[in-house]
Amino acid sequence: MTTDVESGPPPAPPTRSPEPLLRLRGINKNFGPVQALVGVDLDVPSGQVTALAGDNGAGKSVLIKCIAGIHAPESGQISWEGNPVHIRTPREAAGLGIETVYQDLALCDNLDIVQNMFLGRERSRLALDEEDMETSARDTLAQLRVTTVRSIRQPVASLSGGQRQSVAIAKAVLWEAKLVIMDEPTAALGVTQTANVLELVRRLADRGHAVIMVSHNLNDVFKVADQVAVLYLGKMVSVRPTAELDRQIVVDLMTSGVSTRAADPRPSTEA
Amino acid sequence: MAKVDEPAPSSSSVQQSEELTAAAESRAELAVSPELVAGSVSEYLRASLSRIRAGQVGVLPVVGGLLLVSVLFQSLNGHFLTAGNLVNLLVQAAVFSVLAMGEVYALLLGEIDLSIGYVAGLSGVVLAELLKPSGLDWPWWAAILVALLVCAAIGALQGSLVTRVGLPSFVVTLAGLLFWQGVMLKILGNGGSVLISNTVVNDIASGNLSPIAGWVAMLATVGVFGVLSWRRDARRRAAGLVAPPLGLTALKIGGGLLGGVVIVLICNTDRGRILPIQGVPWVVLLVFGILAVWTFVLGRTRFGRYVYAIGGNAEAARRAGVNLALIRTIAFTLCSFTAGLAGVIYASRLRSISTAFDGGTLVLYAVAAAVIGGTSLFGGRGKALHGVLGGVVIAGIANGMGLLNMSAASQYMVTALVLLVAVTIDALTRRGRVAGT
Repeated sequence: MTTDVESGPPPAPPTRSPEPLLRLRGINKNFGPVQALVGVDLDVPSGQVTALAGDNGAGKSVLIKCIAGIHAPESGQISWEGNPVHIRTPREAAGLGIETVYQDLALCDNLDIVQNMFLGRERSRLALDEEDMETSARDTLAQLRVTTVRSIRQPVASLSGGQRQSVAIAKAVLWEAKLVIMDEPTAALGVTQTANVLELVRRLADRGHAVIMVSHNLNDVFKVADQVAVLYLGKMVSVRPTAELDRQIVVDLMTSGVSTRAADPRPSTEA
Repeated sequence: MAKVDEPAPSSSSVQQSEELTAAAESRAELAVSPELVAGSVSEYLRASLSRIRAGQVGVLPVVGGLLLVSVLFQSLNGHFLTAGNLVNLLVQAAVFSVLAMGEVYALLLGEIDLSIGYVAGLSGVVLAELLKPSGLDWPWWAAILVALLVCAAIGALQGSLVTRVGLPSFVVTLAGLLFWQGVMLKILGNGGSVLISNTVVNDIASGNLSPIAGWVAMLATVGVFGVLSWRRDARRRAAGLVAPPLGLTALKIGGGLLGGVVIVLICNTDRGRILPIQGVPWVVLLVFGILAVWTFVLGRTRFGRYVYAIGGNAEAARRAGVNLALIRTIAFTLCSFTAGLAGVIYASRLRSISTAFDGGTLVLYAVAAAVIGGTSLFGGRGKALHGVLGGVVIAGIANGMGLLNMSAASQYMVTALVLLVAVTIDALTRRGRVAGT
């Protein structure tokens, strides 16, 4: 299960556990007359990266917002660890252990790394316990081997895009998220920074977290994902292990909802 | 050495690619608080210098401004730097400084409060009315308490209009400026004024500590500051976190002591013309007290952290579970409450309150003082200390130009120019930051 991202082939095909961490069944969501999601089914197991692919407007963002408690689906069932749940607010999602890493909205530029990682959940006695928080933040970053930041007391404004993404991910880990949802984590990042963030995503899954990664970038998808779920016009047209797919199939599914191609037996290592 | 803060990389992560180019690296280094990377005092000074070159100036402009004002007015009128005038200046500055500390709460949120000038005036009116010997004749503490509570309630009301109804703070507090002015005039009557005869209230701005008490109060203040900073740095060292070097901690405490000694020496010089007058004015102690409490609230409590977070990125704060409406409303409440304190000081200084009270100019001076001190108009950056320092600059300009017999007209114009310079520095710093990202 703990494959090295850089050198090894993609991880072994996921074993279908009987009860995934998160199970979606028949999720529907409308915005007025527009049907954003139509009967979406999805299983998200722990310890795996589930890539969520689809063209613009396919419903990727709506789906993750339904899981994160920002939108409420009209109908359908969400099970968490086998129990049916209703996730009404981001707070409730966090209570279950669902943390979302948003592309731009996650961090306060004027606060430093420690302050951002503990935002909303500060440790406090008479006054804020800065030393305790700083120690925990430092340990979490060290565990994830985020070593490119000079000081965890520097304001987030001074970080590069990749470092910000790493801080946001480390925040989810610090709060012991069971499921980490990432919205285009590598958009607007350079080549090296993208590699660093993807490595971090992989490490997250290897530590046992479930990861949902929304991505347009098929390079990223084939590099880290264990399974790929493709949305087309609000319908889930395919959920398959990465090993059974190649780029062309995913592109076909994203653009037309079907693929006539046979699955390429060759694992897509060229990514 | 510097850069010891990286979370101890294990040998297995050596192959991790270094993602920063040399240039980006030096930039990242600049952004770090110099206390955290410096291993010695000299390194700290060098790190501070490079930060300043990178555009992170802190309170430097306002300290430079204070020096400039002092040198300029002293060269034009030898009376400016006498003990008598400096103490007078500190007392004059108190109203601006306290009002500006209130305004800092609104500015940190990225909002503005234009009403606090007249809220301060109303505080003075309530205080004077309650103390009237021919009227209610309340004890001084009860009158002050009620005046402050009235102001806090006004802040809560205006804050709720901004946060719950979603009106722009500019408009709500502009309406407040007019409305509370009206209420003030209504109570005072046409051209009316109320005298204050209560000695305790009048002594807030005009009474002095005895010279001995001044020394004791100063030593106690510096002592508490020293013990707290020393223990904080010791705790960081004990926890294995990067801490400023011992020499720096000592230097900081020594600097505080030096400042305290200078202030007490000036205040304890006999400044009387006929009868001897000496000692630290009570109001100076009061301003330091308010400064200490608000610095703690903003820097070391959850509430303060959320105020900064909302000013930096309200959406991020909301997603982190911060109750935006509640925090904003409390901030507006504290803003008006602090204005109430400024009103008490104002009334105490004049020993009365009258319709001549100009809350419109006062609030603009308060905003100017906060910004001159280094608080950003764009939210998320600022300290209570900025309000105090900015207030001293504004009072210094008014005081110095008064000594030179210059008209109110030119005082307004000069203050406006100083404000423009301060906002320009703020905008440039901001641009430098964005470019440095």
